[in-house]
Amino acid sequence: MKRIVPLVLGFLVGVALFAFGLTHNPFLAKREASPISVSDNAVTSLSFDSVAARSVFLTNNGKSRMVPNPKDAQRLWEAPVRLSQVMLTVLNDAPGQPAGLGLKFSSRSEKTRLLYGEALVDSVWYVYLPGRGSLFIDQTENYWGFINDIVIPAYKNSANSWKGSWFGDLTIAPGARGAARVTGGSGALQGSELAAVESLSVTAYSADIGPVVAEGRLLIKKQAD
Amino acid sequence: MLKLFITGIVLGILAAAGVLYAYPAVDQHREPSLLKVAPNGGTTELFHINLPDDRIMSRSPGQSASVPESLVWPADERFASAQFGVYKLRNESDVVVGLAARAAASEQSGALVEWVLHLPARGSQFVSMQTQPPASGVRSGVLRAGSREFDNRDGSVTVRWVAGVAGEQNAPDGRIELKTSYIGKRSGSE
Repeated sequence: MKRIVPLVLGFLVGVALFAFGLTHNPFLAKREASPISVSDNAVTSLSFDSVAARSVFLTNNGKSRMVPNPKDAQRLWEAPVRLSQVMLTVLNDAPGQPAGLGLKFSSRSEKTRLLYGEALVDSVWYVYLPGRGSLFIDQTENYWGFINDIVIPAYKNSANSWKGSWFGDLTIAPGARGAARVTGGSGALQGSELAAVESLSVTAYSADIGPVVAEGRLLIKKQAD
Repeated sequence: MLKLFITGIVLGILAAAGVLYAYPAVDQHREPSLLKVAPNGGTTELFHINLPDDRIMSRSPGQSASVPESLVWPADERFASAQFGVYKLRNESDVVVGLAARAAASEQSGALVEWVLHLPARGSQFVSMQTQPPASGVRSGVLRAGSREFDNRDGSVTVRWVAGVAGEQNAPDGRIELKTSYIGKRSGSE
């Protein structure tokens, strides 16, 4: 017994030290802005409200922080879709006027490796732009920075919330230079092969209901030169 | 005592790292893929949507009530003619394996009928359909893009409505059948 107590205490301290090191490691997932974000060749920039209550429709398994909207939305409780979310939202153009509708399917990725700072989500967007056509965007997103900088501090905070200014590119794959792949579906966009980056800007977050003030952005560009 | 404590710390660090390395943080549930080999090559897979049970969201201009009932559609008039539907997608064994979305728009804003099939453990497919409803009742389309398992696939999709029959419990209204055919890799891909 005499020997077990210090061993167990040391073990617990070791686990805590590892968790601290993992969440405070400056080399993990500190990604520079995607080259796509800073190049020209812009086709369009679409912003959307990332707050669940301000989406047109959002549903998931009902246990997520993002509360389904409307509240009577059918939940995704079956095992193959339980780790997925679907959201329909209005996409605004650069001046902030409604430009289209975006439907996003996202599912937690089995390629997630927390040890390497990868909290991955596989997602696809279907973007409908009236009069212009439609787009399909295929991407893998990494939420490690978001979790580390916002979600964990919100849990640590006595008010269960976080306030500040956070901006980050979420898209990391599968296109060239860590961009999403965009395929034109119909209308003037039919057949076009483009690149995109989804980014997120958050100023308030609640550990209970998720983002409180947050805006997402889809920056769609011609393929990188 | 101190040696044991330090040994415990090292063990704790190694154990935490080992668990994170070995244990999958995300484990998507997989249903077996019910693929069939087509006579002319390639493979086919049949999915369906039972109505009304699998309808998660639905909104169309002529519809008296949206699903869910409290859905608030954006007021902008450019979205007035758009139809959107989101459904649970089932395989041939009638098991939910993913999600599907259908979008349609009328001639005035650029006619389109498109589907996105999202199978979380496998990938997604983006399909453009014929805009005019065919006399046969079977609408066909092409696989425009896909992700992961469906990346760079060439293929086609047919969609048909199968009316429900009296006494049918799973789909009293009927069901939407989607038959996907994967012919091979798109030219130029590996």
